[in-house]
Amino acid sequence: MNADFTAEELKFQKEVQDFLKAEFPQDIKHKVDNGIRLEKDDFVRWQKILNKRGWVAPNWPEEYGGTGWTPTQKYIFAMEMGLYGAMEPVAFGVKMVAPVIYSYGNEEQKKRFLPDILESNVWWCQGYSEPNAGSDLASLKTTAVRDGDHYVVNGTKTWTTLGQYADWIFCLVRTDSTAKKQEGISFLLIDMKTPGIKVSPIYLLDDEPEVNEVHFDNVRVPVENLIGEENQGWTYAKVLLTHERTNIAQVPNSKLKLRKLRDLAAKTPDGFGGSLLNNPVFARKLAEVEIQVLALEFAELRTLAAVSVGKAPGPESSILKVVGTEATQFIDELYMEVAAYHSLPHVPAQFTEGFDGERVGQGSLANSANVYFNNRKKSIYGGSNEIQKNIISKAVLGL
Amino acid sequence: MDFSYSDEQQMLQDSVQKFVYSQYDFDTRRKIIKSEQGFSAEYWALFAELGWLTVPFKEEDGGFGGSAVDLMVVMEEFGKGMVIEPFLATAVISGGMISALGSAEQKETLLSSVMDGSLQLATAYAEADSRYNLASVGTSAQKQGETYVLNGSKVLVLNAPCADKLLVVARTSGGKFDRSGISAFIVDAKASGVSMLAYTAVDGHRGAEVHFSNVVVPAQNLLGAEGDALSGLETVIDRAALAVSAEAVGAMDCLLKKTVEYAKTRKQFGVAIGTFQALQHRMSEMFIECQLARSIVIMAAMKLDTDASDAEKAKAVAAAKARVGRAMRKVGQESVQLHGGIAVTDELDVGHYFKRVTTIENLFGNTDYQLARFAAL
Repeated sequence: MNADFTAEELKFQKEVQDFLKAEFPQDIKHKVDNGIRLEKDDFVRWQKILNKRGWVAPNWPEEYGGTGWTPTQKYIFAMEMGLYGAMEPVAFGVKMVAPVIYSYGNEEQKKRFLPDILESNVWWCQGYSEPNAGSDLASLKTTAVRDGDHYVVNGTKTWTTLGQYADWIFCLVRTDSTAKKQEGISFLLIDMKTPGIKVSPIYLLDDEPEVNEVHFDNVRVPVENLIGEENQGWTYAKVLLTHERTNIAQVPNSKLKLRKLRDLAAKTPDGFGGSLLNNPVFARKLAEVEIQVLALEFAELRTLAAVSVGKAPGPESSILKVVGTEATQFIDELYMEVAAYHSLPHVPAQFTEGFDGERVGQGSLANSANVYFNNRKKSIYGGSNEIQKNIISKAVLGL
Repeated sequence: MDFSYSDEQQMLQDSVQKFVYSQYDFDTRRKIIKSEQGFSAEYWALFAELGWLTVPFKEEDGGFGGSAVDLMVVMEEFGKGMVIEPFLATAVISGGMISALGSAEQKETLLSSVMDGSLQLATAYAEADSRYNLASVGTSAQKQGETYVLNGSKVLVLNAPCADKLLVVARTSGGKFDRSGISAFIVDAKASGVSMLAYTAVDGHRGAEVHFSNVVVPAQNLLGAEGDALSGLETVIDRAALAVSAEAVGAMDCLLKKTVEYAKTRKQFGVAIGTFQALQHRMSEMFIECQLARSIVIMAAMKLDTDASDAEKAKAVAAAKARVGRAMRKVGQESVQLHGGIAVTDELDVGHYFKRVTTIENLFGNTDYQLARFAAL
């Protein structure tokens, strides 16, 4: 048993570090370090830099633009990116729809869609959940009825993250309402500019329109936008969901947040002349979550080691989702605890680029309550943590 | 032993409950928060008319009696409606400061105006680095002839943007953490040298950072004896901690009720999600938390209404705030989780109750602070 990096791997790690230092734009780093809201252009610009280096999609097969890295290299890359504060490419294109396209799409679709995903020329969003199909996703009701060379789509999708910025949406639609609910679903790619699509924003608890409802009213979609076979969409989507769960543990991000948290706690007065970090109760909570993240990191490493290139991770990856999201949420609570009442003022403008007014509260901590509220979504989305536990019960424990 | 309300308390509860139920729905509240002033002047006048603003005050000050149980009754019902009007800032805290420290003349002029609804107040005590230690005061008040000159900054001054007068806690002598040398002053909110950075807090309440730069205050505006305000402030903040704990009991009751209702109606996999045993147990645990929170708040309120020592009363409040803190975390987070995505949206009230109880956790000593205080008392 050996968890050390080889000389080659250490060299690779250095290469990634040097790349980030040289190429991650300073202005974006400034925003990340100060909790300033990132704009679409920031993501696009950074992804184009990554793509120039060929590092956008480590998990893709090499023939479509993957890196051909070993699982260890992928781990090193993700860790260095996270610790540096460099954003991962937005997941909907690179991690969600692309694996379905290269696994089940035809050659034409691969040529048409994959390069623009790598280059961030086309932004994707996800059309899965519906108002009445959440955890029970297979009960979805949006219909696609064949009419000549088109499908006519009707229905409503919800929780569509970044839908207001997306050029395309990948949807699960019902093409056979007589079959068993999982068996009548197809995987359809839809241009957001098609007539009949309406996007309405949903404001979350931090007052940001992060997600949307997407309404389809007789939207005509060319049949060539169907992925794979009609009524096989559920099978494809399940594969996609397991891909979505890679990196869902968010270990690099949690490590970075913990490092910053420790610094902040050391600088935060306890009100009695000492620092909060010297408060044994706080120090103990911080240690608990640090240990949890360490255990999670090694659970993830073991999963990575077991996954051969290109193959989707097994149901064990549900552990990573549950523990990863709960660790993140607990770290958010500790940030709020450090901030105490400084977390309460709600002044979103001061976290946008170019704000030059007087700031309320203390640096990025002033946003900690909003971050805490917003991140409650993490144990709900991507298959709620309850659903993950169902998966473990059924698929792992055989209950 | 008798845990039932007196007839008067029952009437008080009925009247607040009726108001919240019939006049304070979620949309009304949202409009009030978005309004210029951030609270409803019309409702404030109604509170005065119905006598609710007299609840925190003793009979000799012209009040309803000032019992902690009465206050608990009102706050619990306010918690159910997430009432945004500055009852806590103006009546409980600032009114409490005047009642605890003020001269007969100050009480007569100011408290009557609080009770008739014509005066808005805010108490500026917390500072950027004081955390929950009330004795940590860096703002200074230097005596110059017949005046004091105030310098320093205060944070989280609830209701400051709407206040006519500020009650400012400042140091007249001693070192930063000394218990003696802390004084309180009545300062006109528009006095020269007072500046504010106003904001709406995450829970919709208004507040401000307030800066004092050579603010000249007449000596007669000293509240209580010079250098001797701390124990009064501690008593008042403890009462506020009890008040928000009672408010949290009301808010958590709503969260539980709404979650159970949702679980009965939301269907997934062909059945109501409330039929899943894994979720039933979690709602049972929420119920247990609500009951324990209610119980310990009753304990603390009753203790405050006895002749127990200051230390015993402080310990009871610490116990209540700490235990309610634990309950709020559990009930708040579970309500959101069991509702799923809809509860992290701005449109559903559940997320707003969650924000309010989270705010309460961060006010007047959080759970860890109160646990440490309980252990030390």
